[in-house]
Amino acid sequence: MFDPPTPDALILEQISIHQAERCLIALNTRIEPGEILTIMGPSGVGKSTLLAFLAGFLASTFSASGQVWLGNSEISALPAERRRLGLLFQDPLLFPHLSVGGNLAFGIPHGGSKRQRHAKAEQALADIGLTGFANRNPETLSGGQRARVALMRVLLAEPRAMLLDEPFSRLDAALREEIRQLVFKRARDKGLPTLLVTHDQADAKAAGGPVIELTTHKNAAGSDPCGV
Amino acid sequence: MAAANLTPVTPGVFTRLIRLMPVVTLGLLTLPVVAGLAGIIAPALGWLPALGGESLSLAPWQALGQTPGLGKMISLSLTSGLISAALSLAIVLLFIAAFMETAVFRLVRGLLSPLLAVPHSAAAIGVAFLLAPSGLASRLLSPWASGWAQPPDYLFPGDPFGLALISGLVLKETPFLLLMCLAALPQCQASQRLKVARSMGYSPASAFTKAVLPGLYPLIRLPVYAVIAFASANVDVAIILGPSTPPTLPVAVMRWQTDPDLSLRFLASAGALLQLGVTAAALIIWWLIEQLLASLLTCWRINGKRHQAEQLSRWLGGSLIAALIFLLSAALIGLAMWSVATWWPFPAAWPSPVSLGTWQQATTTLGEPFRHTLSIGFAATALAMVLVIGCLEAETLRTRALSSSAITIIYLPLLIPPVAFLYGLTQWQVQFGLSAGWLAVVLGHTLFVLPYVFLSLSESYRRLDPRWSQLGAALGAKPSRVFWQIKLPLMAAPIGVAAAVGFAVSVGQYLPTILLGAGRLATLTTDAVALSSGGDRRLTAVYALTQLTLPALGFALALGLPRLLRQRRSPRHKKHRPLSA
Repeated sequence: MFDPPTPDALILEQISIHQAERCLIALNTRIEPGEILTIMGPSGVGKSTLLAFLAGFLASTFSASGQVWLGNSEISALPAERRRLGLLFQDPLLFPHLSVGGNLAFGIPHGGSKRQRHAKAEQALADIGLTGFANRNPETLSGGQRARVALMRVLLAEPRAMLLDEPFSRLDAALREEIRQLVFKRARDKGLPTLLVTHDQADAKAAGGPVIELTTHKNAAGSDPCGV
Repeated sequence: MAAANLTPVTPGVFTRLIRLMPVVTLGLLTLPVVAGLAGIIAPALGWLPALGGESLSLAPWQALGQTPGLGKMISLSLTSGLISAALSLAIVLLFIAAFMETAVFRLVRGLLSPLLAVPHSAAAIGVAFLLAPSGLASRLLSPWASGWAQPPDYLFPGDPFGLALISGLVLKETPFLLLMCLAALPQCQASQRLKVARSMGYSPASAFTKAVLPGLYPLIRLPVYAVIAFASANVDVAIILGPSTPPTLPVAVMRWQTDPDLSLRFLASAGALLQLGVTAAALIIWWLIEQLLASLLTCWRINGKRHQAEQLSRWLGGSLIAALIFLLSAALIGLAMWSVATWWPFPAAWPSPVSLGTWQQATTTLGEPFRHTLSIGFAATALAMVLVIGCLEAETLRTRALSSSAITIIYLPLLIPPVAFLYGLTQWQVQFGLSAGWLAVVLGHTLFVLPYVFLSLSESYRRLDPRWSQLGAALGAKPSRVFWQIKLPLMAAPIGVAAAVGFAVSVGQYLPTILLGAGRLATLTTDAVALSSGGDRRLTAVYALTQLTLPALGFALALGLPRLLRQRRSPRHKKHRPLSA
């Protein structure tokens, strides 16, 4: 088993992403351990493209330059699976072929006995108030329960930073607040640098960290984000 | 006005017709299969009044049991079916695991799609000519590398273990399974599943096997079963590549079925029933292995291991697919070389001189089978298209998809050995004096064309944005007008491709043409298979090439025509289009 990773800052150094000559995003920033940076912008501005680039899933129709660092190690040349960035998607995307407990065990790094792994998954469920849910089929869970399990699955994989791709946008208003607080609290407790992309002002406010606003090309007439 | 609107609207002729389509289609598929199976049971028990069998007896089974080499025949069918299906599936899954969402993946998809149109028998003939002792492969290696001045002494095709047969089946089934997987991947959210797993540290192949495959396999299970059924029961590939003493069971059964000695028909019926059992056994064995793996793998999937055999799967998946594309292409090139060869002594790698003599000679005999192939292909495809589009349109009218049991029925002709139920149909022909010939063959082909047309068209038809029809209806168009003037034009491209798929399937059919046409209706495929067992490689190559040109032309038309029409239409709009960089 890994030692608990010492928190490192997530550094985005001179990132720019192009699509067929057109510049979508340019960014140069640093996210400290436990800090939540929010990237705001309307849909279509390329927020998800930025996350895809950071996570290592950038489609070949885009080209990107710049470097991503976790503390002292550069991760932008690594394949997605070696970057150890915990990615939370819009949908919980729990695997339907595994039970709730199986989904959590999927996240736990290899090692330990079957019983230890099981106990770890049970503990994670207890942490989010879902004791006894291990053998349930994910489809029987409510939207909020699924979101919580998805969060725990990511955290069990021991990421060194968190990337949040509008993970609250599909939840109804009452739940959104609850899940938001849970995610932010967990990320801060673990001292993970966290990057949140959203189009919801309330998300940015709740995150309480720095905010970067992206604008579409047409809105900011004449301005080229990559030229700045 | 308001009152008039409240009275229930009686559905129009179009709507009523469309609602009938699923029933008609399912009936048309089930009836021949069930009747065909029923048609072999009685003769297998000695009862066939038309041939003087008027009492029940086990004599046909005793005769079958005394057939020399029966055990070998059965085991050949069983092993070639299971091994070729397992190999094809393994190649496809290894390849997807290693290369999903990469540029290589798109390249291979582009290369393999056209190879799917190559009829089984043409591919088998190509493989036979490529790998035979005096084939292109050994010529290219001789004498400089192998030291062979004479063709070496090994048995291919027709080796006693069925290796040639298995390799021919794998070559044709792998592209089919790969395309089935490609269609199923988006349906199981494969891309998202892969990203979730990889962002948690899983390497690509482990991410695929642990997170994507469990969702993918249920979606391709029926196509896999169809491959097993085909591989264990096919006749044409086994005639060309399989061993001959003894042959595989379906080949032996077909020989009894078409033997001029009518007394063999009782034996043939018993053999057909046995083949049904052998294919069922193959499917059951596969299913048992599936269950075993499923229970073994549950724990393995959540053990947290993230990097397993990554290099190996990448290397194997890539090289196997590359070898497959290379072999198929080389086989086709070899066919082209044989067709223009005059004098081609071993070990010359190139025929010299080349001439079109064989082609010219063939034109005198090609005409009739060419016309038959075309007319049967057109008729069977047209019939299948009407039924499939009717079923899919009925789905949208009922706003729900066909049930899974209906889908299984559509697959039925692909799961039951044709050598069993088609032969049963010929028994009914004999019993009731129905005429064998063109119409019977067209209906027989439709049984096999229809499932493939359905496979090809259903996804794009279901994905068509319902708002187009809603918009049409809101503008006051009746369902028939919405169908003819909105849906069909929007679906023109996939409909064209589905028709090309159907035509290709019909062109490749061997057994239905032989059995239902009572051996009197020659097509390019029946002639090519017949020629392949003779010694004339040049003429066989000409037939095989003509046979594979027809489906290729069909696909070229289906893909090219919409583009041509768009180009013709665009100049008129040019003025109104804003200039873009």
